[in-house]
Amino acid sequence: MEKAIKKYWPIFVLPTMAAFAIGFVVPFLEGIYLSFCKFTTIKDAKFVGISNYIEVFKDETFPHSFGFTTLFAIVTLLLVNVLAFAVALALTQKIKGTNIFRTIFFMPNLIGGIVLGYIWQLIFDGIFSRFDTALKLNETLGFWGLVILICWQQIGYMMIVYIAGLQAIPDSLREAAMIDGANKVQRLVHVTIPNMMPSITICTFLTITNSFKLFDQNLSLTGGEPLHKTEMLALNIYQTFYGRVGAEGIGQAKAVIFFLTVVVIGMFQLKLTRSKEVQQ
Amino acid sequence: MKKVKGILATLFFTVISLIFVSPLFIVLMNSFKKKAFISLEPFNMPTSENFVGFDNFKEAITKYDFIKAVGWTLFITVGGVLLILLCCSMCAWYITRVETKITKAIYLLCVFSMVIPFQMVMFTLSGTADSLGLNTPWGLLIVYLGFGAGLAVFMFCGFVKSIPIEVEEAAMIDGCNPIRTYFNIVIPMMKPTIISVGILEAMWIWNDFLLPYLILDIKKYKTISIVIQYMKGSYGRVDMGAIMACLIMAVIPVIVFYLCCQKYIIKGVAAGAVKG
Repeated sequence: MEKAIKKYWPIFVLPTMAAFAIGFVVPFLEGIYLSFCKFTTIKDAKFVGISNYIEVFKDETFPHSFGFTTLFAIVTLLLVNVLAFAVALALTQKIKGTNIFRTIFFMPNLIGGIVLGYIWQLIFDGIFSRFDTALKLNETLGFWGLVILICWQQIGYMMIVYIAGLQAIPDSLREAAMIDGANKVQRLVHVTIPNMMPSITICTFLTITNSFKLFDQNLSLTGGEPLHKTEMLALNIYQTFYGRVGAEGIGQAKAVIFFLTVVVIGMFQLKLTRSKEVQQ
Repeated sequence: MKKVKGILATLFFTVISLIFVSPLFIVLMNSFKKKAFISLEPFNMPTSENFVGFDNFKEAITKYDFIKAVGWTLFITVGGVLLILLCCSMCAWYITRVETKITKAIYLLCVFSMVIPFQMVMFTLSGTADSLGLNTPWGLLIVYLGFGAGLAVFMFCGFVKSIPIEVEEAAMIDGCNPIRTYFNIVIPMMKPTIISVGILEAMWIWNDFLLPYLILDIKKYKTISIVIQYMKGSYGRVDMGAIMACLIMAVIPVIVFYLCCQKYIIKGVAAGAVKG
């Protein structure tokens, strides 16, 4: 059968691969090459070695946004996952109306980042104007504003994944623990959580990478203000490309560092939580 | 005792749910207010003094061409999703069934592409797309196929591996060529995965801002996100009334779609996450 299919590759594989080359492979390789060049368009690139990378570390906004993004990723990782797990546990109990609650909690997830940002800007500025301040004037307010927005958006999504995980645990396991005399807390710590590790792996992976890649919400809610203080990595790179003159090479070098960071963090995190998964 | 606890839990979650949806209601409320009153007192209900009916909506539609933006967004989403579903499912079936070094490399490349942040290829992709003349909504579909292929191929491969090869072999022995086998035998079996992938990709494309913003010829074509960002980002007077109306008009179709296909969306998300 393999032989019969094999010669049909122009129909089955070629369209996707041609688009994949245009949309990903070529821009990706070009991007790595251009990070070592000085350029304003792709065609006038001149090789300059690692000088772009040196420039990156002279640019004070970049380390700051790196720290800001990391802190943001840690805070949202904890908040989103703990809250989503708690809600998932509660909504798998016999409570009236769980389906309606699930529907409502998941809903914000479907709204686009730009729209979400402006919805929350209205609310935050409505509150802060009473204290004579605004989201765009204060770094701390901007940070927590973004955290609240992301919690609102992502708790529902992670809740759905956790609920799917909880429902996959066979009742017999919990019953056996009950017969052995385990109380509620013991059952949660020794039965439920170890069996939930695959879901926890997925959700922590998603929250970390989502936080690192966050762009739309950042652009619309704070726009990086005041003075680039609430600029996260993706927005910082965007501003280097399109907000400054002649800094395209530096932007591309930042992008390479950004991409390596995301890959390393993703792999490290997967390894860490995978090692805690139990075999059923 | 248990009954009381249950009622208290329901009450608790009802309150939380109300808080959860309140941001949307606040925006809805403000979309009926006169512009000047929106930033001043966003939490008050419209009063007879500042109620303007549907004026903000009319302005958003006539002045900012919002309906056209909805049309283009719909076109890009539907077109992009259909193209991704067709091409990527074919590709995934082929690279799972034909095992060579090249097909293995393609699979690994697809997995790799899923973690790459868009900023890495942002500049070079928009340059490449421009030089190939892909800066129209039709061209954008090809870019979406390329950039969305990673997730789709990966998810389809996961499913193809789980279906028995014998059915396909039987069809081929009966004289079906691979194309007929694929469309008559494989696609019907793939239906649940097609729905999951379709929903995930649709959510992504409908809400995407940066990719269309950088690639499309903005003077001619705008998507919903681009129009809203434009209204807010433009210098001078920001028209709060029209923005509120646009936000509401952007959210309502999504919510209606969600309430209609809720079952599939939640299942799709759970399935997609488990495989990711």
